[in-house]
Amino acid sequence: MMRIECPWCGARDETEFHYGGEAHIARPADPDALTDEAWADYLFIRANPRGIHAERWMHAQGCRRWFNALRHTVSHDFAAVYPMGAPRPEPPEAET
Amino acid sequence: MTAPFRLPSGGRIDRSRELAFRFDGRRYIGRPGDTLASALLANGVRLFARSFKYHRPRGVMAAGAEEPNALVLLEPGRFAEPNLRATEIELYDGLTAESVNRWPSLRFDLGAVTGLASGLFVAGFYYKTFMWPPSWWNRIYAPAIRRMAGLARAPREPDPEVYEHRHAHCDILVVGGGPAGIAAAHAAAASAARVMLVDERPNFGGALLDAPRRIGDEAGAAWVDRMLGETKALALPRTTAFGYYDHNFVALAERLTEGLAPPERAGRPRQRIWHVRARRVVLAPGAHERPLVFPGNDRPGVMLASAVAAYIHRYAVLPGRRAVFLANDDSVYAAAREFTRQGGEVAALVDLRPESAADADGLPVLRSAMPVRSLGRGRVSGIEIASAPDGGTRRIACDLIAMGGGWNPAVHLFSQSRGALRWDDGLQTFVPGGSAQAERSVGAAAGRFDLEGCIAQGAEAGAAFARELGFETPRRSAPPEPPPPPALVRTAPPGGRGKAFVDFQNDVTASDVALARREGMRSVEHLKRWTTLGMATDQGKTSNINGLALMAAGLGLPPAAVGHTAFRPPYTPVPFGALAGRNIAALADPVRRTPMQDWHEANGAVFEPVGQWLRARYYPGGGETMREAVARECRAVRGAAGVLDASTLGKIDIRGPDAAEFLNRIYTNGWKMLGIGRCRYGLMLGEDGMVFDDGVTTRTGEHRYLMTTTSGNAAAVLEWLEEWLQTEWPELQVYCTSVTEQWGTITVSGPHARILLEPLVEDIDLDPAAFPFLSMREGRIGGAPGRIFRIAFTGELSYEVNLPWRRCLPVWETLIGAGAAPYGTEAMHVLRAEKGFIVVGHETDGTVTPLDLGMERMVSSRKDFIGRRSLARPDSRRPDRKQLVGLLPEDPSEVLQEGAQIVEAPRETPPVPMLGHVTSSYWSAAMERGFALALVKGGRSRHGDRVWASATTGDSRVRIVDPVFYDREGARLDG
Repeated sequence: MMRIECPWCGARDETEFHYGGEAHIARPADPDALTDEAWADYLFIRANPRGIHAERWMHAQGCRRWFNALRHTVSHDFAAVYPMGAPRPEPPEAET
Repeated sequence: MTAPFRLPSGGRIDRSRELAFRFDGRRYIGRPGDTLASALLANGVRLFARSFKYHRPRGVMAAGAEEPNALVLLEPGRFAEPNLRATEIELYDGLTAESVNRWPSLRFDLGAVTGLASGLFVAGFYYKTFMWPPSWWNRIYAPAIRRMAGLARAPREPDPEVYEHRHAHCDILVVGGGPAGIAAAHAAAASAARVMLVDERPNFGGALLDAPRRIGDEAGAAWVDRMLGETKALALPRTTAFGYYDHNFVALAERLTEGLAPPERAGRPRQRIWHVRARRVVLAPGAHERPLVFPGNDRPGVMLASAVAAYIHRYAVLPGRRAVFLANDDSVYAAAREFTRQGGEVAALVDLRPESAADADGLPVLRSAMPVRSLGRGRVSGIEIASAPDGGTRRIACDLIAMGGGWNPAVHLFSQSRGALRWDDGLQTFVPGGSAQAERSVGAAAGRFDLEGCIAQGAEAGAAFARELGFETPRRSAPPEPPPPPALVRTAPPGGRGKAFVDFQNDVTASDVALARREGMRSVEHLKRWTTLGMATDQGKTSNINGLALMAAGLGLPPAAVGHTAFRPPYTPVPFGALAGRNIAALADPVRRTPMQDWHEANGAVFEPVGQWLRARYYPGGGETMREAVARECRAVRGAAGVLDASTLGKIDIRGPDAAEFLNRIYTNGWKMLGIGRCRYGLMLGEDGMVFDDGVTTRTGEHRYLMTTTSGNAAAVLEWLEEWLQTEWPELQVYCTSVTEQWGTITVSGPHARILLEPLVEDIDLDPAAFPFLSMREGRIGGAPGRIFRIAFTGELSYEVNLPWRRCLPVWETLIGAGAAPYGTEAMHVLRAEKGFIVVGHETDGTVTPLDLGMERMVSSRKDFIGRRSLARPDSRRPDRKQLVGLLPEDPSEVLQEGAQIVEAPRETPPVPMLGHVTSSYWSAAMERGFALALVKGGRSRHGDRVWASATTGDSRVRIVDPVFYDREGARLDG
């Protein structure tokens, strides 16, 4: 079970959180302008890297706030947690 | 009663007391400090169990957690615990145990014929034999094989024991209380660090308790006592670290009533599961000795050499009189010397290697010799040995064969932590390589077998971790260079005839491994699944390394290239009860109760679970069946008035200047024009266009709305709203608060609803002319401030009354006293289905769009909303999508099965094209017939067609009709 640093409450067990999938996927401002394929990309297609992944978490059994995190999908190391809307930080070192 | 194999002195047993116990019905005497295995060995018992597949007689092979053979059922009956290792069961007075997998008895076992017919039962036999005729597999072969194979039967009664869970944080967790682990904990706890030290055995000391060792000028046991006395570390004996998970999360199972009879355990938890988050972990679980693979190596009387030493020193039991020791490792010499010193006779020490630096000390050593096979019927009476120079064989009489093939570090937890294992050619086994987490392996677990080195390595690791975490502690000297590894002979494929076991618990032999290779199994993972090598309760503690070494030799590859299977938790089996802890029965999940729950219970309601609620489903009276009760409740609502406890509806208070804009984006329909005090039905989609939830939302103020959700989906809807507000539209000023349990809800429905409710209402005009459908009024109801909504899920004149939670019950009782009939969720469902109203979760399943439901009018074309773009995807516009229809069975007395498949014609040759399925089906009191709602491909253009509903109960001819069955014009809404 991972230990996750909530930006508001501090480190807590993974069981207190809900996972929210890949981060930084903005809802298209004008969905009608999108082709079916581009809309399907927004709906369904997600990155699945072996390495650092920017993803969303929500502290469901704590402050109930959403935040973003950089997590290594193999080691499960969290490189950073950062607020919604903030740009993706540079990972501390180039990891794959 | 005398125990013939008990030594006159020594051991860690209490000779002042006797413990009487039973094994397979016979009575024996043991001593406090004994395990079941040691007490039986002391009594001369050698036959402990029958093997998994061949029902071969088996004795005890080891003295600890790695024991593969001696599994027993402890305390048959209520307190039964199956498949426990006799080597770990601490003896108590009155203990009763039974051997497993034998019939009718351990000594005379009919299943042993499978050993005679063993050609049919080779590895993977169930893929090849017993396949013909095919229909016999399920009916005859599989049940028979399942009866024959396997271990103890699981108890059928509820477990009378209780179990606990505990969470803990520490700076340094040390797993394993042998010399290395004790040194690590002692050194770490010399600082201010919080240290935990756990060991699976009742006594700390590990291998120090198995041999007369000295540390400096102290005896080994005295060193253990002194170190534990000095340290501040929390030391937990009888505690197994069974799982190592992410971020240094380690799960422990602490056995709290081990060695106590069931009556003495009363009121105390049987086990406690610890969830430990450790900043650093020192792994010092030691090593397991490797068996040698030779024909008959499973015969009772063949033991690990280290186990012989352990039985002598821990329990003062000499497991034989005349022994042959088989050595591929110098540690066997010490065990043999000790056996002699305690009065045993060593007939021969058969060393597989040409030379050894070990002290032979007068032992009759045969070098470069190999075991050919064990001899004996039922138990060991001798061994056949081949010697290298002439290759000739000779037989040696003995009643004990003690084997030592080298040592396997217990890398299980290390591997679970995702640490990489490295093949060590000197030790002929895997040792910890690089760490993946904040952890270090020390001692034998790290492949270090010299006592001084183990202690120095442990102390250095404990101190280094403490310093790493910022605690002040003296620096420890680095451990000395390890002695050169012993030169081991690779475990050679056995020569002689007969079964040479690799995995004792699963009856996997060397020839099974060879067969797997011939059948094309190249990976160890395939080998494991094909042969079952390394499965079951011991998870290959004694067998994995031998198995993969044989596999590698057969493939002509180095073992490192073959690799190892994944080590998975648990290290040793953990009872389900312990994992469940207190979270069972009523505590498994909270039950949410409405303000009227006591009334429902007192009035004989039958309940159904809806999310965490238990809702009153119907109120049978006077011996009514469910159909009779529901029909009566429906007639009451349609003919007079009924009351429904709708308090479980999710209620979310939504406020803020942007609330209307937010609702506009969340719901499919428009919200900007909704006046204060007006209600509107809303439909919520996922971004994929599929219906997610529905409910009525009311504008209660200038910037304030009250949203209702379906009962089971309230938390999910609140989370959904929060997700969009926090992640996508943080600029919207909107605040959402759950008020589900602030407002109780009583629905009064039926033509008499107004007459019944009016006396309770002080300041609201209930006249439909003044209080139109889909509007809300605030006022006092039953003396309490509340709200009334004109909403109708039944199609009848309805008032939905919201009151503070604690003010609901008097109003409910008054209404019933005035003649309102209580109706439950089942009648509610019938009434709404007669009106063609959907229920999310019945008519929708995550693949249904509003268009499929015929709710186009709910979908605004003048604004964007979540899911709108998806409704224009080609898949959402397929003409053959499943659409909501009504169904009328041709036989009006029939009620279709929910979930029945709609097909064009029944009993076709499969695959039968599926047209859809029944989503809701009831008996209608109003129509006096069965009816149903269904999703059918292209169903809206098929009204009038006849199709079949096919279910496990049979096939029914049905007619597709419009989904609104009752009062299509809505004439009854205003009473």
